[in-house]
Amino acid sequence: MSDFAAAVRLALDMIVDFDPALLSIVALSLSISLTAAIVAGAAGCLAGAVLAVYRFPGRRLLIVVANSLLGLPPVVVGLAAYLLLTRNGPLGSWGLLFTPTAMVIVQTVLAIPIVTAISHRALEEVWARYGDEFRIAGATRLRAIPQLLLIGKAQLLTALLSGLGRTISEVGGIIIVGGNIAGVTRTMTTSIVLETSKGNLPLALALGIILITISLVLNGAAFALSERKTRS
Amino acid sequence: MKLKAFAVAAALLALLLAAAPSWAQQKFIVLASTTSVDNSGLLSHILPDFTKETGIQVRVIAVGTGQALDTAARGDADLVLVHDPDAEGKFIAAGHGVNRREIAWNDFVIVGPKADPAHVAGGHDALAAFHAVWNAQAPFVSRGDKSGTDALEKRLWKAAELDPTKAGPWYKDIGGGMGAALNAASAMGAYTLTDRGTWLSFKNRGPLVIVVEGDRRLLNRYDVIELNPEKHPTAKLGLAKKFADWLASPRGQAEIAGYTVAGEKLFHPEADKKP
Repeated sequence: MSDFAAAVRLALDMIVDFDPALLSIVALSLSISLTAAIVAGAAGCLAGAVLAVYRFPGRRLLIVVANSLLGLPPVVVGLAAYLLLTRNGPLGSWGLLFTPTAMVIVQTVLAIPIVTAISHRALEEVWARYGDEFRIAGATRLRAIPQLLLIGKAQLLTALLSGLGRTISEVGGIIIVGGNIAGVTRTMTTSIVLETSKGNLPLALALGIILITISLVLNGAAFALSERKTRS
Repeated sequence: MKLKAFAVAAALLALLLAAAPSWAQQKFIVLASTTSVDNSGLLSHILPDFTKETGIQVRVIAVGTGQALDTAARGDADLVLVHDPDAEGKFIAAGHGVNRREIAWNDFVIVGPKADPAHVAGGHDALAAFHAVWNAQAPFVSRGDKSGTDALEKRLWKAAELDPTKAGPWYKDIGGGMGAALNAASAMGAYTLTDRGTWLSFKNRGPLVIVVEGDRRLLNRYDVIELNPEKHPTAKLGLAKKFADWLASPRGQAEIAGYTVAGEKLFHPEADKKP
């Protein structure tokens, strides 16, 4: 129990002190995970809408694939990205290995299936309810998509936040393609791995508490924002 | 309303990007290094001075020696700093590395629970200790990750004419780094082999203490190896050489010698007399 108490105290100390090293790690974590979540959010919502609105061969297969990729192991995506981005690999000349960009790519890939699956499910219901109306009004399916996204925006926020939940908590993929370089590719989660390996368990746990707190604040803010929107 | 939210998000993102200073361009090399020189704090102790003197940032990928050499062989690093003479020899023979230089040394120690079920405490013979652990079937944690430490452990078993693949469940191959192995040994009250640098800076020792040290077989040398320009023309060989030279220079050697944790010297400079 004393470990947990020590961790909580450490976490509070770091937050109160505005520890500059911590701040840059938090900033990097957030910029990588938010960027990945936003890119995956845009791509995933669009894919979800297309799957809900259009009927084409292979559609069912794509839905099954998106759903099964919910359990995509981050470490495998990281390894595949590593082999693509390594200097002698197919994309080696891009020079992206051990950079934040590589980490964003990995997390985006991991988050897209989640956003796609959740947004598809939500938009499918919306389409079932309003699709005929749209078509009677003469709108093409393409024209209907923006309307659909607007109507389903509350559920899409959930999809987006699920994507963010995936990216901000992820470590297996980014530690492979990022290399956990101090000040360059070291994030909250890779720091936790590192401090654990140094036997600095209370510090590792304190970083975890801070990460969870940040997640809570982000989700709280999104929730408050959507609440205000629905009321206004 | 939606636009405003987007603007806020975009502004926040821009702020975050600006706050991550290292995204800015700077002269840098990628050093693939063994974990012990990084986790022990040595590199973060000496690198700021090197960067201040030369303007070259050293980005450290701290992994096991096997993975460090593999990273460099793939062309993803500019320099390696490792501690497994056999694996280094193969790396150089395969044409990847040139100009190997020893820049520091210390030693390995066998740590184990204070209760010492194998009765090896106070010994100075690593092989005798391995025999005793084997006979007592006392829990033993193996890294199993092709690191320098793992390679030495396997050599010691071989020298003791014992085969750990035929050991019982007391022999635990955890497939992890030094820290993971120490955490596991600490939790299980097991013996394990560790480099002294990681041990001295490790904070979760639990019941573990040093039980065997001072065997010549436990010598641990750290070598810096430059990359062969013929195989790795895209590596930043010039900048990497500057850092390798600096490590071997009197200035770099003094920095290595000057690093202590709780008053104990973690690494000896190359010129220090070996036992």
